[in-house]
Amino acid sequence: MDYKDYYQILDIDRSATQDAVKTAYRKLARKYHPDINKESGAEDKFKELGEAYEVLKDTKKRAAYDQLGAEWKSSQNFEAPPHWDTGFKHSGRRDGADRAEFSDFFETLFRREQGGPQQGKQHYEFHAQGEDHHAKIEIALTDSYAGATRSLSLSSPQLDANGHVTVKSRSINVKIPKGVVEGQHIRLAGQGAPGAGKGQSGDLYLEVQFAKDPIYRVIGTDVYLDLPISPWEAALGSKIKIPTPIGNVEMSIPKNSRSGQKLRLKKRGIPAKAPGDLFAVLQIVVPAAKSEKDTELYTQMSRQMKFNPRERLGV
Amino acid sequence: MVILPEDQQSAEIMEMVSLDELCRMCRVQSHWIIELVAEGILEPEGNEKSTWLFTTKCISRTRIAWRLKEDLGVNEAGIAIVLELLDERESLQHRWSRTD
Repeated sequence: MDYKDYYQILDIDRSATQDAVKTAYRKLARKYHPDINKESGAEDKFKELGEAYEVLKDTKKRAAYDQLGAEWKSSQNFEAPPHWDTGFKHSGRRDGADRAEFSDFFETLFRREQGGPQQGKQHYEFHAQGEDHHAKIEIALTDSYAGATRSLSLSSPQLDANGHVTVKSRSINVKIPKGVVEGQHIRLAGQGAPGAGKGQSGDLYLEVQFAKDPIYRVIGTDVYLDLPISPWEAALGSKIKIPTPIGNVEMSIPKNSRSGQKLRLKKRGIPAKAPGDLFAVLQIVVPAAKSEKDTELYTQMSRQMKFNPRERLGV
Repeated sequence: MVILPEDQQSAEIMEMVSLDELCRMCRVQSHWIIELVAEGILEPEGNEKSTWLFTTKCISRTRIAWRLKEDLGVNEAGIAIVLELLDERESLQHRWSRTD
């Protein structure tokens, strides 16, 4: 088990006042809060901060921890001396919070009285619904167009016959319904934590996220696509083939189209209850003059066409 | 009748949730949700609390709001600003990744 230097984690001196402990924690917690800081590693750092604060904010736990001495270094192999906390009364229970998992170091020092099978005889019946679980699931845009089946592996703590907690892994196949959009939740009834006694299992909620797509972007149920076209397709109008997440379709480009114009294909967006639209955003691509003939053609255009692209700039 | 393999779990898209459901799913009390609505953080459909319907995006919003309050001590007005700035940051990142 590695020693944890809680003072180093909060970047404070061992002599810091309780107020200074709080300020240091708040400052770092804001910086590394996983809802705010999306960098990888932020969540682990935040958990570590929570653990350090849990001990140092409580004067009794802090005094017990201080007793271990200052000579320990972070990550040094550590074993708690017998009766290390004699004379210090503190409770291992944390108020309210239920999501952080603390290190073995913390568990050994502060949670002993909670662990292990329940002592004493409790013969009354206890039933409670299991907790709901929340998770995110990343799917491809095409999965939302066509529906898909995904295999999910879930691990959940379960009590065995002796009252010991074991982590069980299982995998389930989830049918992703057609028409889901980002931010929507999929409910898997009964796949959350098991209930106590005769209580029902909780539900599992999956929040849908789309994997980044190289071609399409999605806003609500509408799907956008940047569509490159040639200057002559734009000027003359044309019928061209365009891709959609479920196959190519034909689309008419009207005469004298401009870059940035949006052409709508009704109901070709995400097939939700109220289906979205597909928007092709025109981008006129100008070919380079690669041969003498090309250059000749451009020269001819520049002579023939009275066109000032900078008219709006007044030059 | 179609028999699905034992481990085949069919899923249900959630459309809208009521105030009670939102409270249960996020494990918060209804008076706090009412505060979030008053602050404009959540915008349910329906005029009466009993008929309020929330989009399922509100589930993640409420859970983030609760963590900000619990972990960082941010109050409701502060939560509103943080969520707005997070939304703005996300849409900027989207735009940035497009021009990249």
